[in-house]
Amino acid sequence: MSTLEADVGGLAPAWTGAHRWKRIRHFVGSHPLFVIGLTVFLVIVVAALAAPWIATHDPLAIKFSEKLQAPSAEHYLGTDSMGRDIFSRVLYGARTSLMVGVVVVGLAIGIGLPMGLLAAYFGGRIDTTMMRIADVFLAFPPLLLPIAITAAIGAGLFHAMVALAISWFPWYARIMRSSVLRVKSELYVSAARAMGVNHTNVMIRHAVPNALTPVVVQGSLDFGYVILAAASLSFIGIGAQPPDIEWGLMAAAERAKFLDFPWTVLCPGLAIFVTVLAVNLVGDGIRDLLDPKHQEFK
Amino acid sequence: MYRYIAQRLLLLVVTLIGVATITFFLSRVLPGSPVEMMIGFHPTAEQIAAAKKELGLDQPLHRQYVRFVSEAIRGDFGISLRTKQPVVEEIGRRSLATIELTLLTTLLLVVVGVPIGVISAVHSNSPVDHTVRTLSIAGVAFPVFIVGMLLQMLFYGKLGWLPLQGRLSSEVYLDHPFDRVTGMFLIDTLLARDYVAFRDAAAHIVLPLATLTLVTLPLVTRITRNLMMEVLQEDYVRTALAYGMPRRVVYYRYALKAMLIPLMTVVGLTLGFLLGGSVVVEFVFDWPGLGGYVARSIAASDFPAAVGVTLVLASAYLTVNLVVDLLYFVADPRLRRA
Amino acid sequence: MSEEVLAIRDLRIEFPELFRTVEAVRGADLSVRRGEIMGLVGESGCGKSMTAMACLGLVPPPGRVSGHVSVDGFEVVGRPDRELLPVRGGLAAMIFQNPGKALNPFFTIGRQLTDVIRLHHRHGERESREVALEALRSVHLPDPEIALGRYPHQLSGGQLQRAMIAMALACEPKVLIADEPTTALDVTIQAQVIVLLRELADARGLTILFITHDLGVVGSLCDRVSVMYAGRVVEVGSVRDVLESPAHPYTRKLLATVPKLGDGHSELAFIPGQVPDMAFPPSGCAFHPRCERASPVCTKSDPDGRDLGAMHRVACHHAHGGGETEAPGTANGAPAR
Repeated sequence: MSTLEADVGGLAPAWTGAHRWKRIRHFVGSHPLFVIGLTVFLVIVVAALAAPWIATHDPLAIKFSEKLQAPSAEHYLGTDSMGRDIFSRVLYGARTSLMVGVVVVGLAIGIGLPMGLLAAYFGGRIDTTMMRIADVFLAFPPLLLPIAITAAIGAGLFHAMVALAISWFPWYARIMRSSVLRVKSELYVSAARAMGVNHTNVMIRHAVPNALTPVVVQGSLDFGYVILAAASLSFIGIGAQPPDIEWGLMAAAERAKFLDFPWTVLCPGLAIFVTVLAVNLVGDGIRDLLDPKHQEFK
Repeated sequence: MYRYIAQRLLLLVVTLIGVATITFFLSRVLPGSPVEMMIGFHPTAEQIAAAKKELGLDQPLHRQYVRFVSEAIRGDFGISLRTKQPVVEEIGRRSLATIELTLLTTLLLVVVGVPIGVISAVHSNSPVDHTVRTLSIAGVAFPVFIVGMLLQMLFYGKLGWLPLQGRLSSEVYLDHPFDRVTGMFLIDTLLARDYVAFRDAAAHIVLPLATLTLVTLPLVTRITRNLMMEVLQEDYVRTALAYGMPRRVVYYRYALKAMLIPLMTVVGLTLGFLLGGSVVVEFVFDWPGLGGYVARSIAASDFPAAVGVTLVLASAYLTVNLVVDLLYFVADPRLRRA
Repeated sequence: MSEEVLAIRDLRIEFPELFRTVEAVRGADLSVRRGEIMGLVGESGCGKSMTAMACLGLVPPPGRVSGHVSVDGFEVVGRPDRELLPVRGGLAAMIFQNPGKALNPFFTIGRQLTDVIRLHHRHGERESREVALEALRSVHLPDPEIALGRYPHQLSGGQLQRAMIAMALACEPKVLIADEPTTALDVTIQAQVIVLLRELADARGLTILFITHDLGVVGSLCDRVSVMYAGRVVEVGSVRDVLESPAHPYTRKLLATVPKLGDGHSELAFIPGQVPDMAFPPSGCAFHPRCERASPVCTKSDPDGRDLGAMHRVACHHAHGGGETEAPGTANGAPAR
């Protein structure tokens, strides 16, 4: 991805010094969508954290006598085919989705960064091999690789998260690698090296902060897509399994009767939509803030 | 040029072997071995031994690996644990339903999505552009299955205009036999001049097609718009304008010609999203293609079937993208050998 | 006095942004007479390229243009696109900085030339080909027949710029606007292109507006020169007047940055201070923050142009010349501290 590598080149200088706060203030004023997205996202985070206190019912309590009730004062969003309170389940589902987003992006970064660092640091054959491996992963169509990996390791929320992380890490490896390579080439001519300063140290101290900005941008953009992908995997039955509380799984479970009881599907579906939209707006905003060159619609 | 093609083909093979390798090792390293998947929770020792033998798991790991890869290259993915049929046959039976769906979607995306992206770029920052951008930001946040189910609710549940799922109604299936010449029902029914069956097949494909198109549309318009914006900022576009070329001609003849090449990339990339999305869409609409099959196979722990289908889908994607890359040579004079 | 082919009066170009407006050109005046080569000089970002685009009515949106630009008596500002098509290429043709990018990589040179020729003359296919060939010959492109069938990537930078000039000449424009046509070329090729332009001007009486940041090039090519700073023309005069006795402090500093061979200068001179942010140009004379002659009046009022000699005008409160003696430190144009 030549664009990615080009991005890495231009990030750091624009983002230092006393201008920072001024820029953030100016940015917030001129990006209402970012503010809306961030607000919604924070509300979702709080709701997820406070789920046990906000929830009106036990999300797992099955009560067939109350099954498939329409939204009411008792059940804000109605009940599902097992009589479980959908409002409470949607709340708890937020925990799952946010957790999936954090874990998958975190794992991808955790695998990708060291790999990119090692590849760029050692260079030569190690670099080639590692990047070839990354290319193999990147050669896959987006949702298909997680599906392939789950095919190999079996269904389940944890497996789906591993599968998603494995399909995502090469992006971070590339970002890290190009950042290190750049620092390396700068060091090559710099005095620090000539004076015999431990250049491994210098390199890591320079390369990691340099890579941070593109990693944050990429991570915030990936977060929403990961949530969406995980919900899709759960929906087709290869992600979360009962008794996990997951939005995609909730929609899938009500597939048989959703035409007559649309709220059973629409509530979790809408929850996914709102969450992903909010996350994407925040991600776009973060990218515009950290990477002014990308103001355009990428 | 031939050297480049050879290199790319080699890379394709290497990538595919890599893909097979990754799936192989993951399935052996991570918890949930094929044996457990195959025989359930409380197997007897004999059952385990028999299953291991059947899957070749009694062999040392490197033997298993060589066997797996060499069989996979020959297209032998073993016997489906669920249907007891060779996986290759299952794939053959279902692939054309997927091809029919994805091809039509691609066509629709090129016909609808690309013009929207181009218009959005030509009139950038106009109300049209803002609308398109807002819609596509919202559009990418929609889960595929919700789009499909919403369409089902509207066109089947509320309006009753279109069938809920499947590829043909059962009456039509029984009363209107037609030859599966191509495997794509829309074409086969036309070849058989069976218009009742054609109408039925067409009615069935509308919703899956619409779903797959809608969820991929934001991506296509977004990429097209960016590509077109880049072309419009090229110096030669300014030159054409500076020499009195009418804007219409510059945008839609000159710039579009330059767009042709990136456009092919869009199509290649799109196919990737389509293949991923088709898994969910086929699942929602009970479309008897590869996507729904792989989902059900994974859910049922049918390891050979699941791995076989994903390998086939991945190779299809890689092949299409290779073809797209090679088409560059045809379209871009700079790459042609002088 | 010969007539004006290109007349720009009080040209203003603004780009409104969300919270500010960038004033790219702030009341520029410029006049090019028939048969002369006028240089337009300034640092990048001073508005010279935008001025050129305004001549063709091609200021990109959301730019707002006001003032007057007339090309061969045809008023350009405020005209709809449709009425401007004959002006573009027909009355005023433009050549660009990077010929490799300015020509369309997907069409042959011949196709691009004939397309333009047919746009402005009702020639048939064969006739336009003849015109194209003739134009290529007149710019001394080797093997013009072969060049017609070539794609841009198959020609060198110098050849491409010749082809570009041929394209401009083919429509017999009243004025050729050359926007830094030599900047992207090697020094030797630069010289060839300049010789070619000089030759075309002498042989055909071609009128040229030559935009550059390089005063050295101006000296070897132009008849007159206008110096632009922060969206205004601050000094205009014959090349001899302006280069030998520059009146505006900015022109003097610009001259000092031209490296002279055998001058013994090892370090490259530069102009201290920054090119102003055109969203918030300095009050009064825009150059005062960088000017060592600045006085309180410079911060308050923007000087109007005044005549120094027959054809020499300057917009400065404290212009050099006119009997004033110079401080020794600035005589050579070296930046004063």
